[in-house]
Amino acid sequence: MLKYLARRLSATLLVITLVSMSVFGIFAVLPMDPAALTCGKACSAPVIEANRHRLGLDVPVTVQYGRFVKGLFVGRDFGEGAAKFHCPAPAFGYSYNRHECVTTLVAEAFPVTLSLAVGAFVLWLSVGVSLGILAARKRNEWQDRAATAFVLVGTSLPTFISGLLILLFVALKFNLINPIEMGRWVSPLEDPVAWFRTFIFPWIVLALLYAATYTRFTRSNVIETSSEDYIRTARAKGLNERDILRKHTLRAALAPIVTLAGLDFAGLLGGAIITEGIFNLPGLGRLSIRAVLRDYDLPTILATTILAAVFVVVANLLVDILYAYIDPRVRVAS
Amino acid sequence: MTQKPFLEVKNLNVAFPTEDGLVQASNDISFTVARGETLAVVGESGSGKSVTSLAVMGLHDRKRTQITGQAFLNLESGPVDVISADDEVVRKLRGKAMSMIFQDPMSALHPYYSIGNQLIEAWSLYNEGDKAAGKKRAIEMLDLVGIPDAAKRVDEFPHQFSGGMRQRVMIAMALINNPSLLIADEPTTALDVTVQSQILQLIRDMQKEFNMALILITHDLGVVAEVADRVNVMYAGKIVESGGAEDIYYRPDHPYAIGLLNSIPKIGELDSKRLVAIPGQPPSLINLPQGCSFRARCAFSDRVPGNLCATTTPTLDEKSTDHFSRCHLPEAELVKARKEIGGK
Repeated sequence: MLKYLARRLSATLLVITLVSMSVFGIFAVLPMDPAALTCGKACSAPVIEANRHRLGLDVPVTVQYGRFVKGLFVGRDFGEGAAKFHCPAPAFGYSYNRHECVTTLVAEAFPVTLSLAVGAFVLWLSVGVSLGILAARKRNEWQDRAATAFVLVGTSLPTFISGLLILLFVALKFNLINPIEMGRWVSPLEDPVAWFRTFIFPWIVLALLYAATYTRFTRSNVIETSSEDYIRTARAKGLNERDILRKHTLRAALAPIVTLAGLDFAGLLGGAIITEGIFNLPGLGRLSIRAVLRDYDLPTILATTILAAVFVVVANLLVDILYAYIDPRVRVAS
Repeated sequence: MTQKPFLEVKNLNVAFPTEDGLVQASNDISFTVARGETLAVVGESGSGKSVTSLAVMGLHDRKRTQITGQAFLNLESGPVDVISADDEVVRKLRGKAMSMIFQDPMSALHPYYSIGNQLIEAWSLYNEGDKAAGKKRAIEMLDLVGIPDAAKRVDEFPHQFSGGMRQRVMIAMALINNPSLLIADEPTTALDVTVQSQILQLIRDMQKEFNMALILITHDLGVVAEVADRVNVMYAGKIVESGGAEDIYYRPDHPYAIGLLNSIPKIGELDSKRLVAIPGQPPSLINLPQGCSFRARCAFSDRVPGNLCATTTPTLDEKSTDHFSRCHLPEAELVKARKEIGGK
């Protein structure tokens, strides 16, 4: 197990390195010149050159990458003289649009996205899995048909429609969200009620989509597992239906959901762009989309992209380790 | 048999409603098995062997199955009809009064739980006592069915066992509560030939040890000859011949049984003779037509006077003492037929 862990961990590090390199490489070859973009109104060739030097873009891309990696570990200084800024480690870069270390921007945005992701995750997992089990148990009865209808609506309604509908016809109409305070970040440690009120509708919007997928997945897994030989064995032993479901069917049927849930959750941690946009939540999704569409803020895009990749890769690792605990066959094979 | 039979099945019918019609999988089945007795049920796939025993075990989904008839378990507390009894009553007989082992030991054990866990679970359903006592009993049973180093292997998982060992585990689990009836549904079909006879021997030993009634479902006639006291030959959901193992073997009465026996290759004749098969396919079990279900494949139906095979469904009649057959063929023709294709 320890050997397996070490192998997986080094593979994970390798993937993260490769991802950061490719993202870095892509930005280097983009037909966009940050030096010109940050030039201002009175722009001239010397100013652009000076900017290029200031941004650290006048050296080969390999050297840039080296500085970037070094900055991650020991922090980094940007600019010179009076306009010098220090970003402590881990420094992802400096946003000249926002005049802030990227790490600070990310650190401010992350709790918002984390709150959104955790709440939605809990909601969709509990709703999706229990609805899926119910549908499988009451196959072809009205509960199953209702669940199928829910799946259909949930999977076919894009978040930008369901989000707007809920915002307009529920949250605003019944004064459940104060439009002026909408999306104001409150820490759950300071004011749990306000935090909950900020996030409940975004949670519902996000969870609707995922819960539908999980309902369908759980339903088909439970039905499939129910026809396994070992379920018949359990019944032949004399176990009651509740124990068969709880101990035998669900254990096997829900194991693949661990994988799915882990990866979906990690994907959300990278930022839910549309939901954050609709509900004005200052999370990673909003940070990225602003950096991409409005500011051409390369250091920020770089940071959020790498971060999103890291979440997915790390989640993959955790899910695999978790799976080895769930399924003894994996444990021995590894 | 002087003893009262432990299981008495009377006029059992099992049917599955489908979109194409009602599938009559088991048709008017009656038989008995006493403790210590071995009943073999033979027939090809789809002849209703497993369906019948699953009905006895109460393992059919009642919502999707139509079951009529009776199946009495003669318990010490009195007879219980498992067909009409409450689900909960039948459930509490499963694993205790009657147990079942299945064809494929590779998939019959839960892959996520250790052998010990699954055996203890079965034990604790009907026994008071803590986990340690259950584990002790589990090891005892594994030891009894011939799993070497049982005390250590009890904590291992099904995938760490070979097919034969897994079937031993299944047997240990089925017998852990000392049942009076064991139904073995093709217990050796999925196993290597070398392992088959070991498992069969084990089942016989266990039958003696626990003095169980044993129903052995198989399509291996070699197995039947070795272990059975009585044989039910099934075809298209019906019992077509029933009798003592010797009777069936040496004096088969039904053309289907004759054909089955004739299709066994005999050592010494392999070079000179092609394998013999019964031509044709079994009929669909939806809307079975009037008459004998076997007539389309029967080599002797033309010897039956009149058009009896097509117009009248034969009844299961006692042709000789304790030897029943469902065939219109007159006795004289039968003796001829046996000689012609049996070669015995």
